[in-house]
Amino acid sequence: MAITISRDKSARGLLKEVQEISGVDLSQCYQCKKCTSGCPVSSLARCSPSEMMRRLHLGLGEELLASDILWMCVSCETCSTRCPMGIDVAAVMDALRKLAVRRGAAKGEGNVPLFNRAFLKTVQVFGRTYDLAMIAGYKLGSGKLLADTEKFPTMLRKRKIALLPPHGADRQAVRRIFKKTREDGAAQ
Amino acid sequence: MDQSTRTVAEKLGIQLIEPKGWTCCGATAGHQTDRLLAAALPAATLVKVQDMGLELVVNCAACYNRMKAANHEIAGDPQVRAGVADALGRDYDGSVEVRHLLEVLLNDVGTDAIEKALHQSLRGLKVACYYGCLLVRPSEVTGFDDPENPSSLDRLVTVLGGTALEWPHKTECCGGGLSMSRTDVVVNLTDAIVGMAKLAGAECIAVSCPMCQINLDMRQLDIAKSKGNRYDLPVLYLTQLLGLCLGVAPQRLGLNKLMISPAKVLQAVAAA
Repeated sequence: MAITISRDKSARGLLKEVQEISGVDLSQCYQCKKCTSGCPVSSLARCSPSEMMRRLHLGLGEELLASDILWMCVSCETCSTRCPMGIDVAAVMDALRKLAVRRGAAKGEGNVPLFNRAFLKTVQVFGRTYDLAMIAGYKLGSGKLLADTEKFPTMLRKRKIALLPPHGADRQAVRRIFKKTREDGAAQ
Repeated sequence: MDQSTRTVAEKLGIQLIEPKGWTCCGATAGHQTDRLLAAALPAATLVKVQDMGLELVVNCAACYNRMKAANHEIAGDPQVRAGVADALGRDYDGSVEVRHLLEVLLNDVGTDAIEKALHQSLRGLKVACYYGCLLVRPSEVTGFDDPENPSSLDRLVTVLGGTALEWPHKTECCGGGLSMSRTDVVVNLTDAIVGMAKLAGAECIAVSCPMCQINLDMRQLDIAKSKGNRYDLPVLYLTQLLGLCLGVAPQRLGLNKLMISPAKVLQAVAAA
């Protein structure tokens, strides 16, 4: 694995911030690459979990915020489960995502951040997910209006998607949670 | 999944009580966004269950994982506990027992009682048991079965008279959380899983998570379209298979909702 290191002096390391957000001690990693071997998406992405760890070690990381693995990672936690040092690699990934959205590196406009916002917005409003509103919000934002539309009639007929919003949830409790914890404005 | 869970529970004498006002766990979107949000959303439901003096039974692996992870974080980190208390407006200690339905079926109801209640058999139907990722991982949080080679669902399928296959993709992730946002990635992942099940000789895939179910079932249409691989493998939630063997009519088990026809499974059971 060759790692290209930028000579750009302005490139800042993210080690400290990632450790703070994730609560993970990154110095534990000795590059055995067990995380990468088990990762279901590292062969599809341009970066791997072990490379991500190494870049952070080397005092780099800014470039990771724009890396495709951040939003291809399926949060399956295989990496965290298999790490012989017990490092929660998935938590490091979550920390990088938060930093990416916060700093606008992913501009918060990639498909996954957009999906997350559309998903959480329906939870914030209805207390539970409302698929139809979530799908509409996501499609309008992403411009992928036609994706999966061929399945819609069948899904509605089979009542896999409800037309009406969910009712019965303790909406007040959920709104309070969003108000108190909303940090990145991700669900606004 | 919902319908078949309720029907099967009733048949086996499990009384399920829905917590009034339960709310969404926040799922993957929650933990990718904010640590405190990801702990507080499940906690909102967990305090309701605590007030009822009950345990929480979950039949979705993803919700199960988030509920367990929230308990783990709240009980293990005073700062998270304080943050959650502030968000909820009351303290919660992370102590409500969270269990997956599969555990309740195997450990509380027990295989003997299930066997006695059976009316039908799967008659040796070859079943690939798929656990997915979040039921078994990370194991120090969920504490469910062996994280690399789980066998609880295989045990249930064997009791039902099915042949639980040895196959390597039991806990490979199907990418359910990215099904809409990164369909490209998910078609690759589901193709590998369903393809491996087919290769192992499976006539059906049994799952313990509704997210995996919809993803493995529905994305077979996209795999056929974009990769030309047609598997036609029905994907059934565990209570749908169990319900059929308890003699419940297919229409009461939500089997009509599947995209890939479960006809092969119905034929096997009807022949018994």
